[in-house]
Amino acid sequence: MSGLKFTEDHEWLSMESDEVGVVGITDYAQAQLGDLVFVELPEVGREVSQGEDIGVVESVKTASDIKSPVSGVVVAVNEALSDEPGKVNEDPTGEGWIYKISLSNASEVESLMDDAAYKALTGE
Amino acid sequence: MAESHNNAEMAKTPLYDLHVECGAKMVEFAGYAMPVTFPAGIIKEHLHTRAKAGLFDVSHMGQVRLKGAGAAEALEALVPGDIVGLEKGAQRYTLFTNDKGGILDDLMVTNTGEDLFLVVNAACKEQDIAHLRKHLGDKVEIEVLEDRALLALQGPTAAGVMEELAPELTKLVFMTGAWATLEGAECFVTRSGYTGEDGYEISVPADRAEALARKLLAHPDVEAIGLGARDSLRLEAGLCLYGHDLDTDTNLVAANLKWVLSKPRRADGERAGGFPGADVTLSEFAEGSPRKRVGLAPQGRAPVREGVEIVNGEGQVVGVVTSGGYGPSVEKPVAMGYVNTDCSAMGTELKAIVRGKEVPVTVVSATFVEHRYYRG
Repeated sequence: MSGLKFTEDHEWLSMESDEVGVVGITDYAQAQLGDLVFVELPEVGREVSQGEDIGVVESVKTASDIKSPVSGVVVAVNEALSDEPGKVNEDPTGEGWIYKISLSNASEVESLMDDAAYKALTGE
Repeated sequence: MAESHNNAEMAKTPLYDLHVECGAKMVEFAGYAMPVTFPAGIIKEHLHTRAKAGLFDVSHMGQVRLKGAGAAEALEALVPGDIVGLEKGAQRYTLFTNDKGGILDDLMVTNTGEDLFLVVNAACKEQDIAHLRKHLGDKVEIEVLEDRALLALQGPTAAGVMEELAPELTKLVFMTGAWATLEGAECFVTRSGYTGEDGYEISVPADRAEALARKLLAHPDVEAIGLGARDSLRLEAGLCLYGHDLDTDTNLVAANLKWVLSKPRRADGERAGGFPGADVTLSEFAEGSPRKRVGLAPQGRAPVREGVEIVNGEGQVVGVVTSGGYGPSVEKPVAMGYVNTDCSAMGTELKAIVRGKEVPVTVVSATFVEHRYYRG
């Protein structure tokens, strides 16, 4: 997928408009975690700062924090993950999206990695 | 999510190359490079084991032989189980205890007829062997079997798979063992395991382990299973993991393992006490323990994991989770932990504090799935 931006903590951000971005965890992250059994979604309306813990993904073995790639307000969450957390494994950058955020500081997007930089980080 | 892969510094089991060939994700466990998952993933591996048969490499565990006329009497000085009365071919689960009755390790002991065959936990084996040498070294011959691997074949079709290699082994019942020739290798096989399922543990010469594993994996029912699923299988079956559910501050009464104190070793038995910490253990056996291991069934989908505090209706801390996660067969979170005995009755409603939020949990039997051992 082109246009995705990445964090060192293995979240991705995709801007669907000038203000609103979609967030999930990367394919690398889901592969490392293994089968997900629970996603703790943030509450719609919550304000979050860049890098702050916003939710949790849990595999059979472990829990891992989701850190928001950018600052802003949560405007939507993927309720489908409550019943089917495995969607994150199957389609991490598509149906496995986690939340949408209205950015409060669009310039933060520039601080994120592009595809090439993220691939270099994960050695893929 | 960063992981180190310093495989070069880790010990390898005889099946290391086979694991890598099968696409395993290798991690460090008790100093060994071990497969945590295979490409199928923990959930599929777990479900496959409960449906058909899973093959586990448990070669990192310690295998020890105790030889000599007085081996059984000698070992009884370290464990609360009836070893003297263990008949030829019989196997028993028991514990090494400390002077306070706390648990140093849990282990399996089998009377092979010629000797006692012990299997101890990987993380404790150096300490266990030192413990055996210190207390029994002048009475019995202690042989550490460095040259043997240990495979576990677990699941409802394990016996059907074994029938093709050594039909006589299908007659073994749960917690018994016998020598058998498997793929030309002299193996000591017990009808046991740690998944709650029927199955076998196979002690095989290290240089024959890979050939035997390949033979077993060639059977259509058998898949290689990693340590991740081994953990979720034993947790769902309510079986304790040393270092988590059992430790040096916990005795067998608190651990809800009263059955491990064999009848002849009880206060009214013919060989009462006589193991480290027997006074405390026998006293709590009669009077009860201030806390007790129980199963905890969380409401909802969020796993309740090790270290999570358990509180009562007034918000007072009454316990802690020692193992917790997701049970793929029951399709919900499962946990076990210790609670104050006055909160340990089945059905007691308590709360787990998960990331600052209260999750309702119910005290239940730790056996979340029925054991399906073969008893003949």
